[in-house]
Amino acid sequence: MKISTEELLHVAKLARLRIDPAAVEKLASQVGAILAYVDTLARVDTEGVPPTAHAIGVTNAFREDRLQSHLTTDLALANAPAREEDFFLVPKVVG
Amino acid sequence: MTHLYELTIAQARDLLQRKEISSVALTQAVLDRIAALDPTVQAFLTVTAEAALAEARQADAAIAQGRTASLTGIPVALKDVICTQGVRTTCGSRILENFIPPYDAFVTRRLKDQQAVMVGKLNMDEFAMGSTTEHSAFQVTRNPWNTACIPGGSSGGSAAAVAADMCLASLGSDTGGSIRQPASHCGVVGLKPTYGRVSRFGLVAFASSLDQIGPLGKTVADCAEMLQAIAGHDPADATSAPQPVPDYRAALTRGVHGLRIGIPRSHFESPGLDPQVADTVRRAVATLEALGAVTVEVALPHTDYGVAAYYVIAPCEASSNLARYDGVKYGLRDGGSEELLEMYRATRSRGFGAEVQRRVLLGTYALSAGYYDAYYRKASQVRTLIMRDFAAAFEKCDLIASPVTPTPATPIGAHADDPLAMYLSDMYTLSANLAGIPGISVPCGFSADGLPIGLQLLGSHFQEERLLAAAHAFEQATEYHRKKPVLSL
Repeated sequence: MKISTEELLHVAKLARLRIDPAAVEKLASQVGAILAYVDTLARVDTEGVPPTAHAIGVTNAFREDRLQSHLTTDLALANAPAREEDFFLVPKVVG
Repeated sequence: MTHLYELTIAQARDLLQRKEISSVALTQAVLDRIAALDPTVQAFLTVTAEAALAEARQADAAIAQGRTASLTGIPVALKDVICTQGVRTTCGSRILENFIPPYDAFVTRRLKDQQAVMVGKLNMDEFAMGSTTEHSAFQVTRNPWNTACIPGGSSGGSAAAVAADMCLASLGSDTGGSIRQPASHCGVVGLKPTYGRVSRFGLVAFASSLDQIGPLGKTVADCAEMLQAIAGHDPADATSAPQPVPDYRAALTRGVHGLRIGIPRSHFESPGLDPQVADTVRRAVATLEALGAVTVEVALPHTDYGVAAYYVIAPCEASSNLARYDGVKYGLRDGGSEELLEMYRATRSRGFGAEVQRRVLLGTYALSAGYYDAYYRKASQVRTLIMRDFAAAFEKCDLIASPVTPTPATPIGAHADDPLAMYLSDMYTLSANLAGIPGISVPCGFSADGLPIGLQLLGSHFQEERLLAAAHAFEQATEYHRKKPVLSL
């Protein structure tokens, strides 16, 4: 298998995902099949070929530094799952 | 007498301007159509009936006062990945099930500026990840031509709604074929503009270097009209192109005389290509030749690796983009945990569907320590080679013709346990996203089972005018776009 269940669980941890233990095997085999297919890229000679991150070469998209209207605090917080006064509320971070 | 909901934008605008119909009557006809058909088709996630009728009344007042714009009073609908201020925008995901955007996307604002009437938001594969619209967290949209089949995806709702006359035109987004492929499956016209031609401000991000918003319509002229409304530079999107916007409507009638159409032979000889699709698309090319175009053979040797490169690059960008869904600023939060990392994990695992989780895992893996060079860097180099192939091809031709999809629409559930098989169905469309070039799907025939087949035309960067001219010439010479699906009420 291209990716072991241990590797998959490690990646899930990095991605902040919790995988249902009953689904780990199947998911590893699906991801493995995709990775095995992706490995066909190794057949392409890319020696000296620069990578492309963006198809259209827009560089340095400057704009004037002018005062603009922005969302009000209430609007910016309107979709927050938990709020206290003007802040997003999160579970305790520091112990 | 044609039903009002059957009108094209061009026809409706003409009748509205001559005051033979009102926008309220037109909008009500479209809303009635949605009420009658959408329980079957399930294209809409939200129908904004009251707001639409209010906008229609404003449009009628504007017409009475002679203050009209290009889309005054025209009922349109938007893929639910495009932010609409005050109107729920879910992205087809549980994680955004109750998200009410505090602002409009650039394209939403542009449509409002043109006085269009928005009738609702359309279903999609979750976060636009999928080619079938089966990966919506909420409902499976049906193909109006055969409700046992997929409408394509990820803009399946956008294509099905236009095909079933539940809006006059719609907007979708295309990251690997998500406008062109469902347009092909549903027998409507779909245009993916050049990367940067339309601002992505307010488009929920999937893969930022590939995503592009574009129109789906009943005719090529209607797509030109929609593109005219949404194209142009936006300082709020740093990748938006500063190039001036040409007159797309004027380009429609330029014809194809002398136009060089490139034929990538490999695209017509792929093992997975349904012979019906190959024959239908070949006949469409012959029609273009009869109209005065000439064909030349072109080679796109690296497009065979397009799917592999895409399914590295897109998941990598997605895994980064979707990191923002952490249960803090907006969207779902799983309240079961008092610990931050646990809260992230619980929220994301509950909020994201299987396909989204698969792609986030794939992207995270490919970007993780030790794998970056083998996957992301390698795929980005292959992307360069694919771009060079297109650049070389466009030295020899003006447009490239190919199928949109290897088969007509497949039955619902066909790819349920085999994501790779679904990915391979994107083989003809996604290289345009990797290269940033524009493409259009235009109806060019039907399978033996009566399912629509599309012709794909690709152009060089910012050559939308040429695409529209050729597609319009083809459409005017054929009758495929006039045929309608028969849906029992």
